[in-house]
Amino acid sequence: MEQFLEYFLSGLTRGSIYALIALGYTMVYGIIGLINFAHGEIYMIGAFTALIVATALTFLGFPPLAILLLAALAAVIWASAYGFTIEKVAYKPLRGAQRLSPLISAIGMSIFLQNYVMLAQTSDFLRFPALIPDFKWLAPWSHIMSTSRFTILVTAAAAMIFLTLLIKYTRTGKAMRATSQDREMALLVGVNVDRVISSTFIIGSALAAIGGLLIASHVGQINYYVGFIAGLKAFTAAVLGGIGSIPGAVLGGLILGWTESFATGYVSSEYEDVFAFGLLVLILILRPSGILGKNTAQKV
Amino acid sequence: MFSLQEIKKSGIAAIWFMFLTFPIMVIRVNPLERTIQWRWENMLYVGIGVFAFSFLWREMLRRKEMGLKKKMQEDGSEKPGFLQKAAENPRLILPALGLVMGIALLFPHLVNPYQISIMTLALIYVVLGLGLNIVVGQAGLLNLGYVAFFAVGAYTYALLNKHFGLGFWACLPIGAGMAALFGILLALPILRLRGDYLAIVTLGFGEITRIVLENWGKFSGGPIGIRGIPRPDFFGMSFSLSEAIMYIYYLMIAAVILTIFVINRLQNSRLGRAWVALREDEIACQAMGIDKAKVKLSAFALGATWAGMAGVIFAGYNTYINPKSFTFMESVIILSIVVLGGMGSILGVVLGGLIMILLPEYLREVGHYRMLIFGAAMIIMMVFRPQGLIQSKRKAYEFQEDKGAA
Repeated sequence: MEQFLEYFLSGLTRGSIYALIALGYTMVYGIIGLINFAHGEIYMIGAFTALIVATALTFLGFPPLAILLLAALAAVIWASAYGFTIEKVAYKPLRGAQRLSPLISAIGMSIFLQNYVMLAQTSDFLRFPALIPDFKWLAPWSHIMSTSRFTILVTAAAAMIFLTLLIKYTRTGKAMRATSQDREMALLVGVNVDRVISSTFIIGSALAAIGGLLIASHVGQINYYVGFIAGLKAFTAAVLGGIGSIPGAVLGGLILGWTESFATGYVSSEYEDVFAFGLLVLILILRPSGILGKNTAQKV
Repeated sequence: MFSLQEIKKSGIAAIWFMFLTFPIMVIRVNPLERTIQWRWENMLYVGIGVFAFSFLWREMLRRKEMGLKKKMQEDGSEKPGFLQKAAENPRLILPALGLVMGIALLFPHLVNPYQISIMTLALIYVVLGLGLNIVVGQAGLLNLGYVAFFAVGAYTYALLNKHFGLGFWACLPIGAGMAALFGILLALPILRLRGDYLAIVTLGFGEITRIVLENWGKFSGGPIGIRGIPRPDFFGMSFSLSEAIMYIYYLMIAAVILTIFVINRLQNSRLGRAWVALREDEIACQAMGIDKAKVKLSAFALGATWAGMAGVIFAGYNTYINPKSFTFMESVIILSIVVLGGMGSILGVVLGGLIMILLPEYLREVGHYRMLIFGAAMIIMMVFRPQGLIQSKRKAYEFQEDKGAA
């Protein structure tokens, strides 16, 4: 039972990170129908920015809490800026082109950003400073619930609640939903579609940056390549839940996290990805548009 | 072009990118020595570079838009570019083909073995690109795990040779057949999936194949792979190293010609037209009485066949294989060959394959920057020429009004 609980919680932690990144994928897909391959790189850049700022501030002798907040702020600001710029440079000129062109452009962007960070920084693993102080009151449960795990769960939940509220109740959220339902109609009723797309990229990137910061401080080291694998997993999670659906991304992320965690615990860590993708195939065979995806019949 | 407004725009872009690249380009921390390195000169370079480049970028975008408008005015038909015109001019085709063949045949006698070897690799990717072109370009099924079939072919040859001593020529059809079988096995459960769902499942399939190869040590040799695979022989004749390199090169030329021939024939066949119908509209295609399942299966199987064949040759070419050659990145590169070259166009894919493989090789001169340039080139290419190098042209039957009828 103890062991089961451990795997359950570790899967939950992993899954909520996947969910945070998957949200960005799913939002972008919902609005412009593009698999944003560079999204994993945004997550990586968020983590790198946080690492650089946090380490620099540590040397300059800032207090720990200030470092944590400033690093998180920097990660969110710069990741959003990158997301915004990527859309303007690599995707906006391609609107209306055939479907695979933006995908290739996104792959090119992903390769470019990886190498840019590698050249400007380093190809080695960098140690991520321990930013989150140990909570005293968590001590009795520390064998299953470490401080960083607790922080991840709470932050991820907060970010998701924030996103849900944003989409449900704000003007921007309304405009986003309208654009994803029918872009042309949204244009006709006066929605500034360009701005909606930009804000989708900014929000998605901010979520990815939070995910990057959390996982980097949990794992303790990063390099320029972390975004690629995380991005792939998050994309899987988004499809699993039904791409374009926001609760679907969260559900898909959690299911993927649990699958991997239990597969690692009870079978072998080498085959965790086989289980993850195997599950994906199985679910898609039973439900071709994901768990929560709308299975709309195509009208002619 | 250099009006005040333009300068202002570029200035804003430069300042924005200076801000954007600030943490990554300027600050470098060294956790061991606890020092911070401030590289302000990088910020200056970014500013100047972006300032200059943004003029070029806007000018090129303007030209692209003007080109589009011009196209719209002329009876809606696409205006062919220089390459396109050259490719379609019947008077040019034969001499051009002869010239290319001549160069291709003479090539190994003019350069050193290293160059031949790179060219052979590029040709292997041309065959892979042409194979994937069936699945993606013609049938419109996005396959992100294509490299798995390549791996199946390569491992078929390596394993059959290791355990049963089978030669290259015996393994070539077996490898191709095995890959086709895998293609069908993959396609069967996912016949119902569409678009991006298909993409992710094929991606997962490719990853599963690689992970199994990496971890099932007893079967595949694990991450170390299999070494000592014999190079192809010629009716029992064996060659010296430099002769063998040249031989594989000619073998690949033959394989490319065979592939082009078969795919060209397929394109205008009943099956080829069924693929195009499937790509354009699945529902209409079914309504026309085309068996969707059969057409999809045949696209996957035929695409996989070429990958399997290329895989067998690759194993013989490299004499050593391990799972590192079959990562997701390879699938991405093959897909990029298809899209950069122009989906559905054979000539485009051939050019795309040569460029995608030779460019990074020759960019080795610029060392670490080559993948950076490669990524940027992919973006620029897609932004300014999204249809690829050469746009595929479909045979169209024009409706002509019957003059005799009232």
